Amino acid sequence: MMPKRSQRGRIGEGLIQVLLLFCGILSVFTTLGIVAVLLFETIEFFREVSLVEFLTDTQWTPLFADKRFGILPLLSGTFLTTVIAVLVAMPVGLLSAIYLSEYASEKVRPVIKPLLEILAGIPTVVYGYFALLFVTPLLQKLIPSMAGFNALSPGIVMGIMIIPMISSLSEDAMYAVPQSLREAAYAMGSSKLQAAWRVVVPAAASGIAASFLLAVSRAIGETMIVAIAAGQQPRLTLNPFVPIETMTTYIVQVSLGDTPHGTIEYKTIFAVGTMLFVITLGLNLVSRWLRERFREQYG
Amino acid sequence: MKTTAPWAFEIQDLNSWYGGRQALQKISLLIPERRITAIIGPSGCGKSTFIRCLNRINDLIPGFRVEGRVLFKGQDIYDPTMDPVEIRFRVGMVFQKPNPFPKSIYDNVAYGPLIWGTRKGPALDTAVEESLKRAALWDEVKDMLHQSALTLSGGQQQRLCIARALAVEPEVLLLDEPCSALDPIATARIEELLLELKKSYTIIIVTHNMQQAARVSDVTGFFLLGELIEFAETKRIFTNPVDRRTEDYITGRFG
Ligand SMILES: Nc1ncnc2c1ncn2[C@@H]1O[C@H](COP(=O)(O)OP(=O)(O)O)[C@@H](O)[C@H]1O
Ligand SMILES: [Mg+2]
Repeated sequence: MMPKRSQRGRIGEGLIQVLLLFCGILSVFTTLGIVAVLLFETIEFFREVSLVEFLTDTQWTPLFADKRFGILPLLSGTFLTTVIAVLVAMPVGLLSAIYLSEYASEKVRPVIKPLLEILAGIPTVVYGYFALLFVTPLLQKLIPSMAGFNALSPGIVMGIMIIPMISSLSEDAMYAVPQSLREAAYAMGSSKLQAAWRVVVPAAASGIAASFLLAVSRAIGETMIVAIAAGQQPRLTLNPFVPIETMTTYIVQVSLGDTPHGTIEYKTIFAVGTMLFVITLGLNLVSRWLRERFREQYG
Repeated sequence: MKTTAPWAFEIQDLNSWYGGRQALQKISLLIPERRITAIIGPSGCGKSTFIRCLNRINDLIPGFRVEGRVLFKGQDIYDPTMDPVEIRFRVGMVFQKPNPFPKSIYDNVAYGPLIWGTRKGPALDTAVEESLKRAALWDEVKDMLHQSALTLSGGQQQRLCIARALAVEPEVLLLDEPCSALDPIATARIEELLLELKKSYTIIIVTHNMQQAARVSDVTGFFLLGELIEFAETKRIFTNPVDRRTEDYITGRFG
């Protein structure tokens, strides 16, 4: 009886292993496939447009008769909305993390944390219309000159969306700071705020920075909110009150139109996509490196 | 008749609980100023709990509760009008495992003076240097003040923690088994240091090492199961204990 059973167990184990391996390989190949297509079309694109023009021209008009291929207006649009989002999310996210990890009692924490995480679960299309139909009119009351489509409103709303990402990951990092460091701080007469701000936050700095970078990369990749509320006008500007276009919205715009396969307009999607991919990949790698450093410190 | 008795702490009927579990039972004792008081006893007998009552650091543990009186220089530190932050300013503490901040050596020692209002500059530099000298660490680190404290050896880290505590200029230094993670040479250095420090500070040291208590302390308290069994001059405790349980413990018959 016994040996038979363990043998069958071993076969089952083997099957599961093969299945898991297959899944792993599949996802690796999918990723490689996506990167390959991206790169292939991007190379095609750069056969027709020089890299210098792509990186330095200040106009982005591939859909017009007078075609210009400078990505700077799209980069500035992405940069602007992302900076606004981060300016909203970083202080609020960090403060909620400090509250959750250092102030909230053992009873409050498990209630607040999931509540915050609900924010991250709201579909981005809802956020988009919230920005367009609620936040923009509100802001226009304060700043009458502001256009109906602008960078500020979706930037703020995107910031709200990424708050839980920052607060949750930063809180994890702060919670992992050894209690002995807090005790050392309190034993010298630190107030709660001093212990949190001068000891716990610096000790968790690399973990907190990792959460910021991840949130930034999320904001850069966000599409729906800016597509709905930012307008679709590539414009090299840092003015948050006028319509702009981000890299992601451009991709959506072209993909939704009927751009024929193989045309230069079609290839721009991939060039912009590669740019987006390179930026977010870079951010994620740095973020990962920071998190690993943090784990080494307190592992 | 009340003399100006040189007591740092007068503890009367101190009981304490973690949640429903009692950890200390009716502890009463007088801790002399500018002496080294050793607290000995088997592990789990309440030594840490006892000294952690003296700077109210156990206030941070949810469910921890205290009854009785702990007079520090005549003032009840558990009086509702007392601010635990001020008590911890006056009563410094060094922990069992060295716990330097993940900052530079300089920033570790500067932490206390900074939160207590010293500005960055020459005054702070002096405070840092003074504290490191008092902790007998200055000569070893004076050329690497801006290196991470985590690069120091365990013994150096513990002396750094002593320097960090001294930088706040406390009146009392509580040490909870400060040498338990150190080798004999590092331990000897800390013991030497404590004998030097007692000229200016009241020192209370928890130790499970009886030789250490015998070597450094002036008075010794023996704890067992949350009770203070015997409290007397160290010499007497080790040569002529009154209680049978004390004798059993110091002769190594248990614990
Ligand atoms: N944070 C805590 N929560 C609950 N019980 C504790 C805590 N710390 C200590 N105790 C209990 O209190 C008793 C005394 O512990 P402690 O003061 O640490 O003893 P010692 O330092 O002499 O080894 C032990 O029974 C221990 O289990
Ligand atoms: Mg202990």
